[in-house]
Amino acid sequence: MIKFFLMVNKQGQTRLSRYYEHVELHKRTLLEAEVIKNCLSRSKDQCSFIEYKDFKLVYRQYAALFIVVGINETENEMAVYELIHNFVEVLDKYFSRVSELDIMFNLDRVHIILDEMVLNGCIVETNRSRILAPLLVLDKMAET
Amino acid sequence: MAASLHIYLQMIKENSSGYKDLTESFVTILKQVVGGKLPIDFNYHSVPAPWLQIQLLRILGLLGKDDPRTSELMYDVLDESLRRAEINHNITYAILFECVQTIYTIHPKPDLLEKAAKCIGKFVLSPKINLKYLGLKALTYVIQQDPNLALQHQMTIIECLDHPDPIIKRETLELLYRITNGQNVTVIVQKMLDYLKQSKEEYTIINLVSKIAELAEKYAPANEWFIQTMNAVFSIGGDVMHPDIPNNFLRLLAEGFDDEKEDEQLRLYAVQSYLGLLEEEDAVYPQKFLQVMSWVLGEYSYIINDEGDPEVIMTRLCKLLKKTFVTSETKAWIMAAITKIASLNRGSKTVDKLIQEFSTSLDTCMRQYAFELKHLCEDKDLMKNLLPRDASCNDMVVDASLSFLDGFVAEGLSRGAAPYKPHHQRQEEKLSQEKALNFEPYGLSLSSSMSSSGFTGRQSPTGLSFGSDVSGNSTEMGQKEMSSLKLDGVKKLWGKDGYLPKKESKTGKEDKLEAVPPGSTLGGNMVDHPLSEADQEVVSPSEEEKEKQQLASTLFVGLASNNAVSLMGKADTTTQKFKRKSKISETQNSEEAPSIQYDATLSFRPLPEAQSNDNENIQSTEHVRLRKSSLSSSEVLEASVSFKRPQSLTEAGLDAKLPDCRLSPSSLFADNNIEVFQPSQVIPSVVASKASLIPSLSEELANNPHSEAVELCSCDTLAVNLCKVWTDDCLLLVLFVANRSSSALKNVNLVFENSEHFKIVEGLSYHFPVIKAQSLESCQKSVQMEKNCMQEILVGSLNYQLEMETGLEFSVTLSLTDFIRPMKITTEDFGKLWLSFSNDVKQNVKMSPSQGSLSIALNTLQQKLKLHVVDIVGNEGLVACQLLPSVPCLLHCRTHAGMLALWLRSPCSALPDSLLYQCQKFQLATRRHARKQIHCHSSP
Repeated sequence: MIKFFLMVNKQGQTRLSRYYEHVELHKRTLLEAEVIKNCLSRSKDQCSFIEYKDFKLVYRQYAALFIVVGINETENEMAVYELIHNFVEVLDKYFSRVSELDIMFNLDRVHIILDEMVLNGCIVETNRSRILAPLLVLDKMAET
Repeated sequence: MAASLHIYLQMIKENSSGYKDLTESFVTILKQVVGGKLPIDFNYHSVPAPWLQIQLLRILGLLGKDDPRTSELMYDVLDESLRRAEINHNITYAILFECVQTIYTIHPKPDLLEKAAKCIGKFVLSPKINLKYLGLKALTYVIQQDPNLALQHQMTIIECLDHPDPIIKRETLELLYRITNGQNVTVIVQKMLDYLKQSKEEYTIINLVSKIAELAEKYAPANEWFIQTMNAVFSIGGDVMHPDIPNNFLRLLAEGFDDEKEDEQLRLYAVQSYLGLLEEEDAVYPQKFLQVMSWVLGEYSYIINDEGDPEVIMTRLCKLLKKTFVTSETKAWIMAAITKIASLNRGSKTVDKLIQEFSTSLDTCMRQYAFELKHLCEDKDLMKNLLPRDASCNDMVVDASLSFLDGFVAEGLSRGAAPYKPHHQRQEEKLSQEKALNFEPYGLSLSSSMSSSGFTGRQSPTGLSFGSDVSGNSTEMGQKEMSSLKLDGVKKLWGKDGYLPKKESKTGKEDKLEAVPPGSTLGGNMVDHPLSEADQEVVSPSEEEKEKQQLASTLFVGLASNNAVSLMGKADTTTQKFKRKSKISETQNSEEAPSIQYDATLSFRPLPEAQSNDNENIQSTEHVRLRKSSLSSSEVLEASVSFKRPQSLTEAGLDAKLPDCRLSPSSLFADNNIEVFQPSQVIPSVVASKASLIPSLSEELANNPHSEAVELCSCDTLAVNLCKVWTDDCLLLVLFVANRSSSALKNVNLVFENSEHFKIVEGLSYHFPVIKAQSLESCQKSVQMEKNCMQEILVGSLNYQLEMETGLEFSVTLSLTDFIRPMKITTEDFGKLWLSFSNDVKQNVKMSPSQGSLSIALNTLQQKLKLHVVDIVGNEGLVACQLLPSVPCLLHCRTHAGMLALWLRSPCSALPDSLLYQCQKFQLATRRHARKQIHCHSSP
């Protein structure tokens, strides 16, 4: 099961955070700081999976942006690793060449995309066109 | 569909047998997905719906587990998935990983296993680090099924062990942990310790430390090694490690093995090594480690007394007391150790100095200890009695009800002190005074303060008598009082008969260790001594390859030779060094341990004048009233009970049919699964035939649960058999007197001796006017418990006139369980009653893994103790029973991390204690049973 989904940049600023189990607000900031510290301290040739407390972190770096997913031991690390990439591909398709700024200023849309893909900690949709379908309908509504 | 699969997975996880019929559908879906039947936009990097595949594979794994027939259905599709996933992309590896896991989970098929193993090989050998990680993870999983795979990849594993990435290292250690056996344990533990020394993360430390401790205890090849390893564990694990680790270690030392010599050696080595450690002036050790050291030194330093001076040991311990980093809890441990050492020796200057110094200490605990020590030193005999040498595992019975204080309480009450009210009652009163509603949910109040203290001191609201009498009991009481002084570490060390290593060691005492002679544990295929190789392993680069080879041979030794390697998590087999054996059977179980029995009855005998609170007084009067009513009914009952027997028909009267005794077992114990002995066939009483000498119950009685007839005593002419019948409202003793001689016996008198614990309703004696030759007579007595007790003996005798007056003596053992009956109430009633009872007792009992769930544990209790299970909600269970005639007792159970927390409440003060004792006994009995079974399995 996926516990949380984070997007953090190299400066440690959280761009997006989505928790699938309850974590208190003040603990979130603490957790995010520690998680990013853990990820930043690792070099490129090291493993993308980290054991952290009683769960595991799977992270992937895109330019200055880290995407970190916390999972428990039942999840397949590699599948989550690829899920991150799938997510980025979807963003890329929607924003056409996504950048950190796109995410900052279209946070609602990013959340919609993420919620289409992951529900209650489970991967529910990975088909790009189907993920984007409701969002595209929304956009059409906004135009007219 | 992807979303719905998660729901299926969850449901199948909970109940896989209910969804077996769906297997075919899942297989078909997976086949279609793998075969590319989905629209192209489901592809991810030209792999069709990979996450869907993974989810389906997981479901199949759950469905096919331990089920050859279902597994049969999925072999094809698994094979195809393995073949299809050959494109080199991360996502296919993810699918492969899941595939391998499924193949090793379901019923094995050699062909597939081989392919899966090849797959893992590719993973592990891959230069990509993420793949390597995945490969190790798969290997760790697979190795539990097939240890030989580790052999194939041993060199890779060695490389991973020295990998710069700590995550890989960590995963490799996890793998090694699973293949540990008696031969490679030293190397593996060394590797783990090396890793630990670099790691700073608390979670890793806790995790690894407990693994090392487990391995060390299981496979230790030598005493020295074991102690040294445990020293390392304590130094590194320090205060974050699980408290079970030091506790288990101390228990192991205290209870020892079968071989006394081995025990001595282990203890001797421990003492020596700790003395060595304490010699270093500035060393700082974690608190837990210091506590372990002080306990061991206190308990076993006498072993080296020949060479070592107790003064030296005491001086070293005293030095510790002055260090600032030592917490007050640890100080208490140290003081206890000094007291123990002092008890073995004549007066000592160090002790005098210590007493002097701490008698004025500002730390009240320390001051108290100093005074205790002072008093004890003045009375050497008492001290010797109190602190016997090497008696830490002797059993003792704790008077949990503190009944010895009853007099004190009574005195206090008579002087006008307010009666003690338990916490919850006070709270209720407070609430009702405030006229506020209690919004606190029932469940919460149950779990609160569950762990805070084992006993709620119901009898003594103050600890006044504490210092005043230095009797055997006062230390025990100190045990309870100290909990308020926050000396958790110490409170369980003191007891009537000496030191207890731990509370659990009283209950869970049956674990004892036995040593297998070292020679027999190790197989012969070790090339070199493992320790020396570990030393060599400090490498010179030119020989690196060779070193690795050697390391490999030490690591994987034992894997090649036999496939029955003990794997963690799988059935543990033979090579354990410290085997636990059951010890408790000697004491706990036996009726022939008179001293303990005596203790038990003593301590559970409440003083009549010492009713400690009003509530209880009311209850007890009610009690008497109830008893009276049941008394009259059972008198009638007695008359009716015997009416079946032709001889007594005339006496009892034909119309003495009372429904009471006809209650069929089904009405009484309907849903309770209580063992009901099959009623033996009622044999028509044929006079003067041999068959008539076989005791059998009348039909009415035989319908009730009853014990089998046991011979109490016999001689040439007479034999007395006893059958206990547990009827709804009393315990019936049916005594069969058989005349074996060929002449009729006249005036046979059966007389019970007066017992303070039991009351026989029909009077103590029974008179048989005549017993014909070769025939059987019976008499019935209903017994009530007057005073609470665990187990008591009812003595009686049989007098008859043949040529001269002859007497036969017999005794009947009656235990509390004979008087316990299920009480059928609803959950709501339980809740109401629970709050109205004032006496409660709490205790944690360890559950055996075989017992697992709460319902099984409760079932045993239900069967053995005749309790009524009211409700089971999650990990909590409610149980109710009553002590005849009608004293209810409620039991609340909760399972938590292998422990069963029992919480009993009753209006009668002594009942919860007694019942708790019984619960523990049966709990232990079942555990012992389970363990025996395990031993049987492992012995070949």
